[in-house]
Amino acid sequence: MMDHAITLLLLTLAAGTPLVFAALGELVTEKSGVLNLGVEGMMLVGAVVAFIVATTSQSPWLGVAAGMAGGAALSLVFAIVTLSLHANQVASGLALSLFGIGLSAFIGLDYVSVIIEPIRPLTVHGLPDIPVVGVLLFGHNPLVYLSLALFAAIQWFLSRTRAGLVLRAVGESPQSAHAIGISVVRIRYLAVLFGGACAGLGGAYLSLVYSPSWAEGMTSGRGWIALALVVFANWKPWRVLAGAYLFGGVTLAQFQAQGMGVELPSQYLAMLPYIATIVVLAIISRNAAVIKQNAPASLGRPFHPEG
Amino acid sequence: MMRIRLEPRAEPSRFAGWLSPMVAAVAVVLIGLVLFSLMGRNPWHALYVFFIEPMNTLYDAGELVLKASPIMLCAVGLSIGYRANVWNIGAEGQLIMGAIAGGGVALAFHDSDSRWVLPAMFVVGAAGGMAWAAIPAFLRTRCNTNEILVSLMLVYVASLILSLLVHGAWRDPEGFNFPQSKMFAETALLPILVAGTRLNVGLFIALAAVAAGWLFMQRSLAGFQMRVAGLAPAAASYAGISSSRTVWIGMLAGGACAGLAGVGEVAGPIGQLLPVVSPGYGFAAIIVAFVGRLHPVGIFFASLLMSLLYLGGEAAQMHLALPSSVTGLFQGTLLLFLLATDVFIRFRLRIVRPPTAATAA
Repeated sequence: MMDHAITLLLLTLAAGTPLVFAALGELVTEKSGVLNLGVEGMMLVGAVVAFIVATTSQSPWLGVAAGMAGGAALSLVFAIVTLSLHANQVASGLALSLFGIGLSAFIGLDYVSVIIEPIRPLTVHGLPDIPVVGVLLFGHNPLVYLSLALFAAIQWFLSRTRAGLVLRAVGESPQSAHAIGISVVRIRYLAVLFGGACAGLGGAYLSLVYSPSWAEGMTSGRGWIALALVVFANWKPWRVLAGAYLFGGVTLAQFQAQGMGVELPSQYLAMLPYIATIVVLAIISRNAAVIKQNAPASLGRPFHPEG
Repeated sequence: MMRIRLEPRAEPSRFAGWLSPMVAAVAVVLIGLVLFSLMGRNPWHALYVFFIEPMNTLYDAGELVLKASPIMLCAVGLSIGYRANVWNIGAEGQLIMGAIAGGGVALAFHDSDSRWVLPAMFVVGAAGGMAWAAIPAFLRTRCNTNEILVSLMLVYVASLILSLLVHGAWRDPEGFNFPQSKMFAETALLPILVAGTRLNVGLFIALAAVAAGWLFMQRSLAGFQMRVAGLAPAAASYAGISSSRTVWIGMLAGGACAGLAGVGEVAGPIGQLLPVVSPGYGFAAIIVAFVGRLHPVGIFFASLLMSLLYLGGEAAQMHLALPSSVTGLFQGTLLLFLLATDVFIRFRLRIVRPPTAATAA
């Protein structure tokens, strides 16, 4: 029983990690006042680029780096269109997702049935053998630790550093930030690129660790769920983390139920994450005052110094 | 050093508004040229296969219009919402729901030879699409929930419901265990319009929707209110335009049109329920709505272009051994270029010269 609970916990962390990466990145982007709906596309491009580079170079870590670069490159397109060319952020984000879905399917075609050696969990000698605590503390994949480090870094950056303060100021009131000499566009570019790299990292985790392979549309909506998570989390990093594991747990229910021999068509359980997202979003957004208080005030609005 | 700067225009430029879809389309063709040469194909021949060949014969022309119809329908419905900043991106799910609802009628009345089966399918299908769109509308107006995310999540749910039905309750008992329903009876199929093609009378439903969309947006008070709500939300609420009514109209219009498109597919070229009833028409319609400038006439032409991209992708796969996913790539590129060139509607380029010694003095 204990073993089962521990396995479940490990699996939940593993399933939640791609969401942690993508949602934390999007959180930073949104904190700067930019809404990038292209997360699904950026994750897919990150996943396929990471997979291609990892298989051809035989180096999974090079793949991870390439995945981040791929996600960031795609987000650069979004940044140019929305920040330099003042296009509507909602439409451009949708365009980016559709573009990323098409692009990843296109470049990944020759890699669909390729098998890859996944990135293995850390094996510090002897440590995971310590009962209970050993596995929980030391038995994870390196990328899971990276996601936790990313969480800590973002939490610290947003609440404790001057640069974090500048980022939030740009998101709350770009006009005032501009007036005191902050380059709003430059900060937003950096925030969008960071979000893209994180989404790419989430994609890389999927194709190199979680289900080490490439398949068209393999994110199956995780990018959109990550967007919902940011709202669910009220733009607070620790709530993103909690929410991601909650959803990770929901996706697992599918396999758990099948394992326990529940006689239910798989489609019912496959629907769960999507329905859960809707229900949770509805409950959270009911309280408009809280959302208004926590959402970056300029979210989704274009900025031009002359109006 | 000279710098190029964007300067806001006093008035939005109508000319730039018409020009940018053309520029975007040309840009896609140019990117196609580069892409095809990079993949080691003769780029001019590839362009011919992709963009010209799909229109060569009568049959091909029929296919072009056949595929354009559902996209046109979905896009007209979506554009009504988009005009009012109601972002329904779940037309694909509403289309699937329409197909399920309409297909359900066809299966239930399989043995009937009444000529009312087909009209009933479309009515029920439209209702199915509307019901699916009503969920995000309800949550947006009651709980202030973001309709983008809800409508998109429901796409996944709808396709799982369809999969559930064709794998289970609605599976054809004589279908060798394939996940598909019975073939629809003759009375549940759209009559062919032009002999020798697959083009059916569903085209008229799409054209009627284009006309109705134009009448509603340009000639009715409610349509005017939708446009005001989109352009100036604050002014709209000051003028007493109900924002929840705007959301409901925008969502239901999108849902109804997508539902009709779904029935058109299963009662037309498909003729039964399959696990997949649309190759992403509902998503392509988002692009078409924007490329068509959220205007019914623009949408009419943009949906033909989009249909050409689908057919070109198929042709490229067959004759050039290019992956058909090139279609998705071109679709995304088209919209991104459009949004980028749209900058010239509200801004103009101004070349700024730094003051030289002569002018400064």
